[in-house]
Amino acid sequence: MIAIVDTGGANIGSVVDAFSRLGVDSKLTADPNLIQEAKGVVLPGVGAAADSMARIQDQGLVEILQKLSQPVLGICLGMQLLFERSEEGDVTCLGLLPGKVRRLPAEKGARIPHMGWNRVQCGDQDPLFAGIKNGAWFYFVHSYAAPKGDFTVAEVEHGNRFPAVVAKGSVYGVQFHPERSGTSGAALLKNFVGMTGCN
Amino acid sequence: MLSRRIIPCLDVLGGRVVKGVRFRGHKDLGGVGELAARYRDQGADEIVLYDIAASAEGRTADRSWVREAAQELDIPFSVAGGIRSVEDARAVLGEGADKISINSPALERPELINELVSALGQQCVVIGVDSRRIEGEFRTFLYTGSEAKTRESGRLMIDWLKEVQDRGAGEIVLNCMEQDGTGDGYDIEQIFAAREILKIPLVASGGAKRVEHFEAVFKRADADAALAAGVFHRGELTVGDVKEFLASKGVEVRR
Repeated sequence: MIAIVDTGGANIGSVVDAFSRLGVDSKLTADPNLIQEAKGVVLPGVGAAADSMARIQDQGLVEILQKLSQPVLGICLGMQLLFERSEEGDVTCLGLLPGKVRRLPAEKGARIPHMGWNRVQCGDQDPLFAGIKNGAWFYFVHSYAAPKGDFTVAEVEHGNRFPAVVAKGSVYGVQFHPERSGTSGAALLKNFVGMTGCN
Repeated sequence: MLSRRIIPCLDVLGGRVVKGVRFRGHKDLGGVGELAARYRDQGADEIVLYDIAASAEGRTADRSWVREAAQELDIPFSVAGGIRSVEDARAVLGEGADKISINSPALERPELINELVSALGQQCVVIGVDSRRIEGEFRTFLYTGSEAKTRESGRLMIDWLKEVQDRGAGEIVLNCMEQDGTGDGYDIEQIFAAREILKIPLVASGGAKRVEHFEAVFKRADADAALAAGVFHRGELTVGDVKEFLASKGVEVRR
């Protein structure tokens, strides 16, 4: 079973639907035991950083999420929560990755939110991208972005370049929404499922 | 670089996708999930599901079909029509929609935009604007789902878009009413006027019939996305036809 951490947010169920389409058992939950025992954990990406962190704290999940040893996938906001801090609501996040999430600057021709399909130069060395072609399209919708650093696996360009994918050990973060990224998104989720042994 | 988006709009009545003159002589085209998936397979970048009954009758309809679309689709979709409150919006998103689109209720009570953004996040709040040229001005209208009820809002399109943006909306769908259903192409002048003042994404709507219309709205009006309905439903063009042409003209599209 893959646990999808219930961080609030109105359309948080989309990831459950995506796993269902792959025939994979997943559950939206804030239960610490279920999360710890799950073979993989997804931190989904809906809402604002401060609200989601408050909810994670209220549920007593901060330490549990910091100490997970199974594969973890942060999606969109869920990826941003993996870092130390976010400028969105100026909030302390999980600190699994170093640095601060900042608002994207409005550049000419680069509208904010960054909303739509963009190419990710992912290479295929990372197992998360096995079988996905370099420059594949993924669906983004966000106004804040993670800092570039040693843990950046792939970047995306919208005005500036910023991380589309980060990884540290078995903790992954993707700025796009694989659950809404057509066949390339489904392939990525399938690769993640493969890492968890749930397939 | 972001691709330009092509967005088919499906009219939904009683959980079925229909076509025809609105409110008269609807023809059943099929289930919501089935039709949405067909456009997805053609290469649609997003889908808009427009709840025509909820919009016209002012009621909150049964929205189990939103769930059906959410389970089927692996691309984003938004729901328009009949959403008048944060609670309505939350319910629709809870069924699995990625965005909600509000039109007349935002003109009736603009604070609703702030409330939606604050409760649900900027990224899922789309504001639809119906506008037409009258005496050299672009003026906005309410209740355009019903000919009998349509009336001017008293706000100029440009002023309204500035306000909508300041109130935190995530995206604008600008429907140019004179073009709607004509097949004469998008209203480039009007869409470009909107583009010049918007920092958020802009979806152009109204008048698409030929592939060149899509090229023009991207190259000349710099729209982020183009919405179309009839031209796709009548089978005159597929989303794939449009994208193939755009790619040949150097417009970045997802294929």
